[in-house]
Amino acid sequence: MKYTFSGGYHPPDGKSYSEKMPIEKMPSPKIAAIHLHQQFGAPSKAIVNIGDEVKVGQPISEAGGFVSAPVHSSISGKVKAIAKITDAAAGNKSDAVIIESDGKDEMFPGVGEKSDYSQFTADEIKKKIAAAGITGMGGARFPTHVKLSPPAEKKINYIILNGVECEPYLTADDRLMQESPDTIIEGLKLMMKVTGAEKGIIGIEKNKPESIRIMKEKTASMHDIKVIDLEVKYPQGGEKQLIFASIGKEVPSGGLPMDVGVVVSNVGTANAVYEAVAMNKPFYERVVSVTGESIASPKNLLVRIGTPTSELIEFCGGVKEDVFKVINGGPMMGAAMYSMEAPVHKGTSGILCLSKENAAVYEEQPCISCGKCVSVCPLRLVPTEIQMNVQYKKYEQAEKLGIMDCMLCGTCAYVCPAKRNLVHYFKIGRAKIAEMKRKK
Amino acid sequence: MDKMLIVSANPHIRDKSSIAKIMYIVILSLVPAIFASYWFFGFRAIILILIAMVSCVVTEAAIQKFRKKPVTVYDGSAILTGILLAFNVPANIPWWIVMLGSVFAIAIAKQAFGGLGYNIFNPALIGRAFMLASWPVEMTSNKFWTQPYTGETMDAISSATPLNLVKTALKDGSTKETVEILAEKGIGYWELFIGNVSGCIGETSFLALLIGVIALIILGLVNWRVPFFYIGTVFIMTWLMGYDPIFHVLAGGLALGAFYMATDMVTSPISNNGNIIFALGLGFLTVSIRVWGGYPEGVSYSILIMNCLVPLINKFSVPKKFGFVKPKKA
Repeated sequence: MKYTFSGGYHPPDGKSYSEKMPIEKMPSPKIAAIHLHQQFGAPSKAIVNIGDEVKVGQPISEAGGFVSAPVHSSISGKVKAIAKITDAAAGNKSDAVIIESDGKDEMFPGVGEKSDYSQFTADEIKKKIAAAGITGMGGARFPTHVKLSPPAEKKINYIILNGVECEPYLTADDRLMQESPDTIIEGLKLMMKVTGAEKGIIGIEKNKPESIRIMKEKTASMHDIKVIDLEVKYPQGGEKQLIFASIGKEVPSGGLPMDVGVVVSNVGTANAVYEAVAMNKPFYERVVSVTGESIASPKNLLVRIGTPTSELIEFCGGVKEDVFKVINGGPMMGAAMYSMEAPVHKGTSGILCLSKENAAVYEEQPCISCGKCVSVCPLRLVPTEIQMNVQYKKYEQAEKLGIMDCMLCGTCAYVCPAKRNLVHYFKIGRAKIAEMKRKK
Repeated sequence: MDKMLIVSANPHIRDKSSIAKIMYIVILSLVPAIFASYWFFGFRAIILILIAMVSCVVTEAAIQKFRKKPVTVYDGSAILTGILLAFNVPANIPWWIVMLGSVFAIAIAKQAFGGLGYNIFNPALIGRAFMLASWPVEMTSNKFWTQPYTGETMDAISSATPLNLVKTALKDGSTKETVEILAEKGIGYWELFIGNVSGCIGETSFLALLIGVIALIILGLVNWRVPFFYIGTVFIMTWLMGYDPIFHVLAGGLALGAFYMATDMVTSPISNNGNIIFALGLGFLTVSIRVWGGYPEGVSYSILIMNCLVPLINKFSVPKKFGFVKPKKA
């Protein structure tokens, strides 16, 4: 059986730069800048003051509501300032707690203490996940405890772990699946326990045969967990595409995975869930692929949240002469960075250094209605028409055509022979429509 | 790192395709048909193709210069229009008609609408319609339809096209089968298939055009649904009406129209379903004109008529969105 979805496209995947590089622990930074708002939802509120001593794993903020998550110190040292720092995800500057390291890397009491987590109730597990500040690690950074708390009438049948990593270049999830499969599977079991889901699915794209082999081997005796090998096609790892490929159900437009009885979570997140519950370890470090043709030595690194991008690049031997763009995330959906001071955040899956040859910026040509964008759109929209409606400020028409369903995956813009910047317009259109709705 | 970095919206990598690449590949795919036109109609066919190409390119460049717009003739679209337009004329037509047709095609059908991507009608076919309306004798008279080369004689002999032959015979009350009417002139299915019959220089060889379009379908530049449903409709309709379906598929400009004119990206619908509706309409109109209309051939007008329905077709053939559910009744 072929597990996939309609539409999509497979760009050259560029994984060879870093797919063979084992995860390496990067030394903790001298100064860490930890943003208070690094999750979907409300910003968190700082609970430390300038001059306070903090330890690794110590909470430095509290959640700003239910849909929010606290952040933790990733190094030990002194709080130097709470200042505005460039946020790679948002593109602007926002409040961050700046901590100067004392070089000792002392742990906050209790962090790393193993516990017999099999005795925990669902609520206890959920509380631990929330306290550890875990968010989705794939990029959207949705707080995990919220995902795991569906309203009572929504029965969750499946937890699907996203090990697809369909973004070209990125290899962080691939490496994690090969190097710590057991913790990922334990994390999955914990999530199944919390939601009462009977089945767990781990979806992996076929171009990661080693991860598939290891995961299949590890889950061979588990009748309630299935590993499925998905067709290699972007955006196979899109939440709705992954659900459709795995269980053949379409998440309704405007709905959430829970509407079809599913919770989707990244493999990295499952690993973090395990660490939070079993080892009392909050979310203060993550795996980041530093890769691309314009970095001297590509690596997969275990990095403390808040480490400046410049330090990651330096640790990988610096950029080559031909660097043209540096991207936080994958090449299809990541954010282009203008400042290397921007720190690693909870959703940073990669730092890509791309050359002009691969990341060239083109002049737009007129649409020749070739229909390629329509045939690749995983949501079966008509991208070119939506784009034109936004260009001519017909936002209502764009909304009718489904601009809010669009997930900005960029497949249409990737294949467009006229090099039209479709996603650019979609982002403008969505912002305008959201603004119009707020005014009403 | 003190280098200035580029910031733009995602995606940060792009496919290497471009409009110019698409156009030049389509032009390359026409090489077999160009060769067939030379083989059957002689060097004059090549001259006409060159005249049309040059006229199209010069017209486009001149208009863009005049309007102070960037000159985009390097994208190959004007060259392609030129070739396709020349394919639509008989070999003995005066060269200046082809030149004027080309100027009209680019100036009125393409640039007046805003240039590449904005034209509603296929420019080459508008050029043909213009020439047909302005010089009907030169475009259709038997004097200008040339019998293809047989190898022995270098002189083109005037002769009617197969479609014309059959239509005239049927009008005159002939009760003979189509095959018999053609056989009297020494024309069989094989001649029709390879293009050894009189007609416009680029339309006669079904074979040469088929080779080109198969290449384009494999490369993903032509939506197979258009030629498939167009030719399929013509075949089934003529068969049901008691005509010779194989003749109707092989004769006239159907191959050129179905493979290259109706599949023009700019003037055809955008979705797969839209293209199927478009092709069914084309088949119906073509057969209607051939059977009931005054002209023996109906391909070009069918395409022009369907071209103006494209925005409407696009509106009604929007694909079903992923996850679209009918709103629940309250």
